[in-house]
This record gives sequence, structure tokens and C-alpha cells, in this order.
Amino acid sequence: MPRVLQRISALALRYPGRLALAVACSVGAAAASLTLPRLFGAGVDHAGALLKAGGAQAGQAQSALMGVALLVIAATVVRGLLTMTSGYLGEYVSQRVGYDLRLQYFQQLQRLSFGFHDRIHSGDLITRGMLDLEGARVFIQNGLMQSVSLVLLLGFSAWMMLSTDLVMGAIGLAFAPIAGWALARMGFLLRVTWLRVQELMAVLTLTMEENLQGIRVVRAFAGKRFEMAKFDKASLDALGYAYMRITLRFRAVSVMTVSFYGSMGLLLWYGGHKVVGGTMSVGRLTEFLTYMTLLQTPIRQIAMIFNAAARATSSGARVFEVLDLEPEIADAPGARPLAPTAGTLRFDKVGFSYAPGTKPALSDISFEVRAGETLGVVGAPGGGKSTIANLIPRFYDVSEGAITIDGQDIRDVTLESLRQYVGLVQQEAFLFDASVGHNVAYADPWAEDETIEGAARTAQIHDHIAGLPEGYETRVGERGVALSGGQRQRMSIARGVAPGPGLIIFDDSTAAIDAVTERRVREALAEATAAKATIIIAHRLSSLMHADQILVLDEGCIVERGRHAELVAAGGVYADLYDLQTRADAEAVLDETAA
Amino acid sequence: MNQAEPRKPRASLGSSEGEDIFGTFDAGVARRFLSMLKPHRRSFAIAVVAVLASAASVVTIPALIGRAVDAAVARDGALLDRTLMVFGALVLVYSAAFFLEQWLSARLAQRVIFDIRRQMFEHFQDVSLSFMDKTHVGRIMARLQGDVNALQEFLESSTGAIGDLVMLIGIAAVLVSMDWKLGLLTLTVLPALIAIRAVWLPFSKTSFRDARDASSTANSALAENINGVRTVQESRREALNFELYREKALENFNAQAHASWMTQIMVPTVDILTGLAMAIVIVIGGNAVLSGRLEVGVMVAFIFYVQRFFDPVRMLSMQYTVMQRAMAAAHRIFEVLDVKVTIQDAPGAQALPADAATVEFRNVTFGYDPRRPILHDVSLKVNPREVVALVGPTGSGKTSIIALAHRFYEVDQGQVLVGGRDVREVTLDSLGRTIGMVLQEPFLFTGTIEENIRYNTEGASFEDIVAAAKAVAAHDFIMRLPGGYQTRLGQRGRNISMGQRQLISFARALVADPQILILDEATANIDSFTEQAIQKALKVLFAGRTCIVIAHRLATIRDADRIIVLQQGRILEQGPHEELMANGGLYARLYTSAHASFDDQAVATTGDAEFATRT
Repeated sequence: MPRVLQRISALALRYPGRLALAVACSVGAAAASLTLPRLFGAGVDHAGALLKAGGAQAGQAQSALMGVALLVIAATVVRGLLTMTSGYLGEYVSQRVGYDLRLQYFQQLQRLSFGFHDRIHSGDLITRGMLDLEGARVFIQNGLMQSVSLVLLLGFSAWMMLSTDLVMGAIGLAFAPIAGWALARMGFLLRVTWLRVQELMAVLTLTMEENLQGIRVVRAFAGKRFEMAKFDKASLDALGYAYMRITLRFRAVSVMTVSFYGSMGLLLWYGGHKVVGGTMSVGRLTEFLTYMTLLQTPIRQIAMIFNAAARATSSGARVFEVLDLEPEIADAPGARPLAPTAGTLRFDKVGFSYAPGTKPALSDISFEVRAGETLGVVGAPGGGKSTIANLIPRFYDVSEGAITIDGQDIRDVTLESLRQYVGLVQQEAFLFDASVGHNVAYADPWAEDETIEGAARTAQIHDHIAGLPEGYETRVGERGVALSGGQRQRMSIARGVAPGPGLIIFDDSTAAIDAVTERRVREALAEATAAKATIIIAHRLSSLMHADQILVLDEGCIVERGRHAELVAAGGVYADLYDLQTRADAEAVLDETAA
Repeated sequence: MNQAEPRKPRASLGSSEGEDIFGTFDAGVARRFLSMLKPHRRSFAIAVVAVLASAASVVTIPALIGRAVDAAVARDGALLDRTLMVFGALVLVYSAAFFLEQWLSARLAQRVIFDIRRQMFEHFQDVSLSFMDKTHVGRIMARLQGDVNALQEFLESSTGAIGDLVMLIGIAAVLVSMDWKLGLLTLTVLPALIAIRAVWLPFSKTSFRDARDASSTANSALAENINGVRTVQESRREALNFELYREKALENFNAQAHASWMTQIMVPTVDILTGLAMAIVIVIGGNAVLSGRLEVGVMVAFIFYVQRFFDPVRMLSMQYTVMQRAMAAAHRIFEVLDVKVTIQDAPGAQALPADAATVEFRNVTFGYDPRRPILHDVSLKVNPREVVALVGPTGSGKTSIIALAHRFYEVDQGQVLVGGRDVREVTLDSLGRTIGMVLQEPFLFTGTIEENIRYNTEGASFEDIVAAAKAVAAHDFIMRLPGGYQTRLGQRGRNISMGQRQLISFARALVADPQILILDEATANIDSFTEQAIQKALKVLFAGRTCIVIAHRLATIRDADRIIVLQQGRILEQGPHEELMANGGLYARLYTSAHASFDDQAVATTGDAEFATRT
């Protein structure tokens, strides 16, 4: 059994009681099934006896017949109830395993760091969590449970058949090795095919999703034919493998069917001639034939079991691949909660690269921000500004040097306490499919109404929210209000401010807000975060020219640092930039004081 | 206020659509659904023949076994051998037919599913953007994947269901023909089964629906948490979200377990009825054998048939549920396919000539909701190689103008002409190749940078692409990336900055080399460093082309040949910069109040919300 299947089975073994009961019930059901051939054989023989005996012992034989009939009913009642119980328990355990896996998967995705989420497309993760997880789960009842009862049923009937009549039994079971070979071959090939099918379906999904998300680009470039060609390629690739899977499966099923009926024919021929020769009763022959019919359904199921197993192997592998990852960022052993005192953040010769061996995104970065101070960071794209922002709450770990808060290395404190202390407002504001209030209170869901409103006021979004049809209860997004880019950013600022972090970082989070509103946000923020260490990353110099210290980054290095006036006087990169921006809006600057 | 009571967190996760999965059975839907099989008539016909053959064999096999037993009882070895020869032949026929049936119907099911998906996908390429604006991509995907896949199970088993039905009738017929009294007696259990099912059905329906709802709710919560995982980690919501998700997963578990209970409860019913039927055969049949009215072989055959009789019954009742679910899915699929394609080539539409370079609006009135027009009686003309800047507060109709020029929407009144031809009379394809568009939010596809720049300009060589990238100053940063032009972009180009994404989208437009370029200038997220590069790139882009720009940057506006100022869907003033400044109208006011940008002004909110580019 492949390791993946062993692992899925091990998950089911966490419910030993129910699993054992389910198996016991299916054994019982199988046993009840197996009494049926005996009973039929007896029934036929009784009928035969009646025929021979004539009227003399008719009454006696008749009551024997009645007895057999009652036993048949009893056997089916028992079989039905046991099958039901085992079916229910099997499904129960498998759903329970599905539940466990879901929770593990959910939790794991929350634990895995940004580095992981950068690499794996969210669509892929969703597919794994929905389709693959389901593929692994159903193996428990369609594969594991079924195969337990199947093995039992096969074993029992084989034993019964062989012990009743060795030769007849051997003939009846002659199909088994052929079927086994066909199955083993199919199982191997199916596993490979399923994996390809799943990968190709993921490609198809991605192709469709991106087309729909970028539909404006598609329309703008009259790209329909091009997009259809892309779709057809992905689709036909997937279809080809789906066809292959189907052929593999039914070829094996046919081999099994032919060999099974071959056995049956041989049995009839051999047994029939024995009956003709008088060395075997008709009842015995009937008994054997009934055993064979009993095997018929499970034989058909075997192919399904192998199919389920092949699917579970490839699906399970995709789920476990994620579950087995160690989060790159986690609490160090013995990590203690951050104990802020003065509230000083220090970068000490920090170097960082996103992947080992690649060009460093940051090198030799040192600075200090004290409580009540503001640090501004500017620089060309790819210069490392956002990287600095993401290192402080430990979304990535530094490759060299250290980041400390009040002398405590951030790798030695708990993530929970660190991230509670650090507030980061990202450039791209992700809002959840929930009410405006829920979104603002996202980082502090237990906050009082006043806190939430205060944060919204600081972000200059309260008035807008208050004017919405249901105020803070209005849903965001498709079924609710549509917010503009600037409003989304203000929502995200309110969300960052609401929990009252000790250190707050704005990563280019006012870019979509118009200049007038931005200044109001900045002023309100200056008041709200006066006693805190603040880092502002921006490309609009007006956003950070009042900072106590400004760092100019280029290619991951600090090329200039100082106050606005100093930097402008120095005539370097910053001065050029300032020149560029003021020239672009010379008239507007004049107006800024008036507005 | 009761302070002791713990406050409930202000939090939720995911949401459910709460759709009725079990819509009532609609014969129209079923008929339409069957019409999907039309192109594959031949395979379908062969599959049906195979089904009939295999069902007939299945029905005949036990009869042959019975014959063989009779022959054995009659001590007729030769007859036994003859019967077994027939048996052997039949088995071969059966296996071949069975293989063909299963193989063909599974392939057919896959094929039809892929066809349907393709049809839907193609439809989404044609339906109006107003529909796409309103509909969330996640929901469309749910239909393209979830509903389409829901058909698979049904399609794969549908030919099987025909076989089951045939088998059921066949077995009933054989039973009655072998011995009509015993046959009819055995069949009396059927009405009982139907009655029990009738009682069970409504309960099971509710339960199945709950299960389906619960699972889609849990899945949507998972999807949302994955998409927002960065915010989740920033806001330390892991523990709380886990709790919220656990509740949903638990609800799902309970609903699934209940649905399973509802399914399983039918098992003993069918089993016990099978037992009853068998008992009838044993007692009545046994007595018939006694009185010499029945051969032993017939009785044996009866027992076999009764055992097999309930297999198709069970399969069919399962099939019924599957069918209901499939019809609900088909209904949702047809809903999509029925969305009218409002914008398509008119009959006899002609291609625009290659040199079409003017854009003209004649008395255009337009609104996304016709009752609330956004543009009122707008007339304007853009001459060949002229650069026109559109300026105005949010909601003034700028975006509508560029969308109409590209015929993303149809005007309510008036006419839009490109190259002197009404856009409704030319082919969409030629219109798309004449007018290039750069959107405010650059959208990049998963793939290499080269592929993104080339997009659907298939004739473009690698040199063309490099030349375009150089022209818009994107070449240098591309070469600095680890794989150069072969660097694969992450999800929506996450691995490069927003400004760099915009430069790539410029290069894409340059490679397409349209006569007319429409540009929704991005203000947000472009840093000053890239801004410089972008300003230069724009000059390259504009050279030798007719351009309409929704301008936000003062530099672009000043450089335009003409500025059109819009307010509340009307042209307020137009002319070159100096002229408008001298006029001292809205433009002059906007110009002095805007700081580096004309975007997102708090001026005049019109109430006519313009559509936002949602991605």
C-alpha cells in the first residue's frame, strides 16, 4: 500500500471504536450474506426432496421449506441492518477524517509564511483544500472500508467454497489471479494518470480564472481567439488524460469480467457433469453458483476501490505536501512575549534575500526609530522598501544581522506578541466579504464601538461609512458597496490603526488617496500615533518630508539618510526626486497652503 | 451594561450563496441537456445499443444457468455442454458490450463536460462587460467548475441507468414468463418499496440540500482565508479565524453525517424486501415444485433473478438523486448560456480599414442603467494623430467615453464612429485591432514576461518585443530579473512592482501597434522614479497615433493637443491648456487645487456612480 494511503488510513484509525464497529458490522453483513447460499441450497434440496417423496412427507418438508424462508428473511434483515450501520459509521469516520484534515489544512495555511504564499498560487491551494482533500477523504469509505469487507467476503467465500469442495472451489476462484494481475497493473497506471489529470485541471482552472479576471485586457486586445486557443490547449490536454484514465479502468474491468464468467462457466460444466454423473446434488451446485453471484458485486467494486485508491494517492500526496511543510517562521523554542519598554526599533546590519543564492534584496541596513519618531523610506521600485516593512513583523526572517525592539531580537519573542505590537498597513488593501465594521475591527474584533469609529475617523473614512445605507453594518464588496481604491486604502489604514499598535508601518498605503485627503489622514495620524514609532514608506515625498529621518534606498542599500532639508541640500538622489516632484506640480504646491 | 458577559467578537468568515440546489425537475432543462449530446449522436447510439446488449445478456445469463442446472438434473450431459457453449458465447458478448457501454459512456460524459465548459467559457468572451462587472469571478468559476463537474457523475451513470431500467423490465418480464403466478407474487414487493421511498424522499431532499449548503459555506470560508492570508497574519486573526472555520467545518460534518444517515436508512428497506421476495420464491416455488408445476431449475433461476432484481432498483433510486442534482446544475449552466450577447458583429459587418484613425461621438447618450444616463448628448471628434486628454471629477463620464469607443457597451442614443464608420457596423475583431487600450490597473497573466508583452500579437518576433520594451524603458529592469524576458510572473505579476507592471502593459500595447490608443492613466502606485520612465514611455506610445487619455498627471494633460473637460456627463469646455487656463473655468479650478494629480477629487459627487475597474 502506498505511504499516502497508509497515512489516510492512520487518520481513520483515530476513531478505533467506530471503525472497528463499522468493520464488525460489515463482517456480520458478509456473514449473513454467506448464509444465503446455504439456505438456498437447502431450499432447493428440500423442494427436490418433496418432489421425490411425493405426498407422504409433504407436510414435514413443507414446514422445513417455511423454516428456510423465515431464515432467509432473518438473514436479509440482519444483513440490511448491519450494512446500514456499517455504511453510516464508515461515512461518519470518513467525514470526521475530512473534518480533521480540513482543520489541519486551514491551520497550516495560516501558519505558513509569506514566502510559501508567494510561491504557490492561491487557486492551487484552494483546489487542494476542496477537491484533493475530498479525494483523500472518500478513500476511507470507498477504498479502506470497502476493501476490508471485500477481503473478508472474498476470504470467507473462498474458504467456504474450498472447504465445501476443493476442486469446485478452486475452479470457482480460478479468476482471482488474472483479475489481480489486471488490477495491479491498472492501479499503477491509474495513479500516474490521476496525478497528470489533477495537474492539468489545475492549469485549466488557472487559465479560465485569469481570463475572467483580466477580461478587460482580453477585450481591449480583441484576444478572444487567442484566449480560446489557450483554453483549448489546456482543455484538450486534460481531456486526453481523462480518456486515458477511462480506457485503463474499463480495460481492467473487462479482463475481470471475462475471467469471472469463465470461472463460472467452468464451474457449471464441471459441477453439471458431476450432477449428471450423480456424484453431486443439485443443491450443492446451486450453493456454489450462489457463492459466485455473491462475488459478482464485490468484483465490480474492486475496480472502483482501485480507482479510489489511485485518486486518493495522488490527491492525498498534494494535501500532505502542504501539511508536511515546516513553517519557515515560527516561535523559537523558549520564545517569550515581547516586553516593550522605551519602544525603540533597531535594524543592525540587516541583510536579506528572498531565496538563498539570489541577489540580496537588502544589505547592511542599520537604523533606529524611537517612540514618537517617524522614519521615512523612499527609493526606486525593487529597492527594498516593502522588504523592510515585511521584516519587522517577521513575515520573512533576516538573512544577516538582527532586528531588535528594545534590545530584544524579534526572533526570540513570540510571533503573537510581536505582531500585536507591530501594525503594518499594506499597499494592496485586501477587504473581506463581511461588513465594514468587521473589516475595520479585523485586527481587534473585541474593540469597543468608539475605538472602531475613532480609527475610521483617523483614516478619514468615518463620514463615508456613516453615510452608507446600513452604516458600519453595510457589507463590503459585490453584495454590498463598491469602494474606490482610495476608500479601500483608507479602510485598510483604519484597520491598521484600530488595535493601537506600539509601532506602525505604512507601506505605500496612501498612494491611491488624493492629495487633499491624504494630508488630512496624515495630520490625524500624527495626532493618533504621536507617542509611537512610525515608519512611512511612500513615493510621494509630501507624505514623508516631515519625518525625523529619511532613508533613501537603492538596490537594497541605504544611499542617503537624513532630514528633508539636509537631503535636499546634499543634492543627491533625494534632491533630484524632490526637484522632479515639485517641478511636476509647481502650481499645485503654491495651492497646498490654501487648500 | 453587563460587563461580566464576554463580548462576542465582531468577526465572520466566508459566506454562503444559499442557492436552491434542488430545483424542481424541469423537462425543458432535461431536453436541452440532451441536445448537448447531439454532436456525439453516433457514440451515444452505439453506447445505447451496447447497453441494451449487455442488459439483455445479464438477464439471459441466469436463465442459462437455470437451463444448465435443469440439464444436469435431467442427466443430459450433451444438453449441458450445449447450454454451456451458449453461455460462453453470451459471456463474450456481454463482456464486449459491457466494455463498450462503460467505456463509451464515460468518454462521452467527459467529452460533453468539456464541450459544455468550452461553450460557457466562450460565452463569457462575448457577453457584455456590464454582465461581467456585476458578476464575481469566484461565482463564475463555481459554475464553470462546480456545476459542470456535478454533471459528470450523472452523465457517466446515465447510460448505465438506461441499462438498469432495461434490466428491471427484462427481469420482471422473464420472471412473469417463466411462471406468471410466482412472478407476479414476487413483484408485489415493488409497490411497497415505492411507497416507502415516497415517504422518505422529502426528508432526504432537505437533508441533502443542507449538506450541499454546509459544504459550500465551509469551502467559501477556506477560499477567503487563503486569498486574504497576508491580512490574516498581519492582524493575528489565526486563532479566531480557526475557531470560526471550525464551527463551519463542524456544521458541514454534522450535515454530511445526517445526509449519510438518510441515505443508509434505505439500505435495510431494500434488503429486507429482497429477503421477502426470496422467501416467497422458496415457499411458493417450493410448493409448486412439489405439485410438479415447476422445474427445480426454474426455481433456481428465480432465486438468481430476485437477487439481481434489486440491484437495478437500488441503482435507479440513487440515480434519481444524482439526476436531480444534475438538473439543478444544468439549470445554472443554462442560466449562464442564456445571458444575451448584446454586443456582437452585425450581419454583414465589415472590417475597419487599416488606416482608420479618427474617433467621433455624435450626440451620444448612455448609461449603465438606461434610466440614469451618465453621458448626455456628447459630441466630440478626435482627429488622426491627435492626443486628447479627458479630464473631470469622478463620475463625470470619462471612463464611459473610452469604453464606448471600444464598443464595450452599446450607446442608448447617438452614434460612435471610428474611422468614419459606425462601430456597430464593423467587426469587433477589426475594432479591437485598430484600437489599443491600456487600463489603469495593469493586468498580467501567469507566464513569462515575453508572453505577456506579445499577448495575442502572434506575428511579433522576440526582437520586436525587446524593441518595444526598450522603447518604454522596461528593458533594463527586465534584464535585471533573474530570467530576463523568460522570467515567469507570479500570480498577477506579484513579483514585480506596480509601476513595472504598468510598463509591461505599455510594451504590450506598443507591440500590438494600434492606430488608435486609449489610455486610462494610472495614478496610484506609481512611484516618482517609474513616473519619469512612464512619462517618456508615453511619448513613445503616443507618437504617430490617435490617442485618447484619461489623464491624471499634469504633465500628460499639459502635453495633450486638446483637453476635454467633462462634468456630470457633459462636455464643459475644451481646448489646449493655456486656453483653458485663461478661461478660468472648471479646468483652471481643478488644475490649481489638484496636487500632482486630478484623481479622486472630492469635487462634485454626481450620484451617477461610474463603473469601477474591478479586478
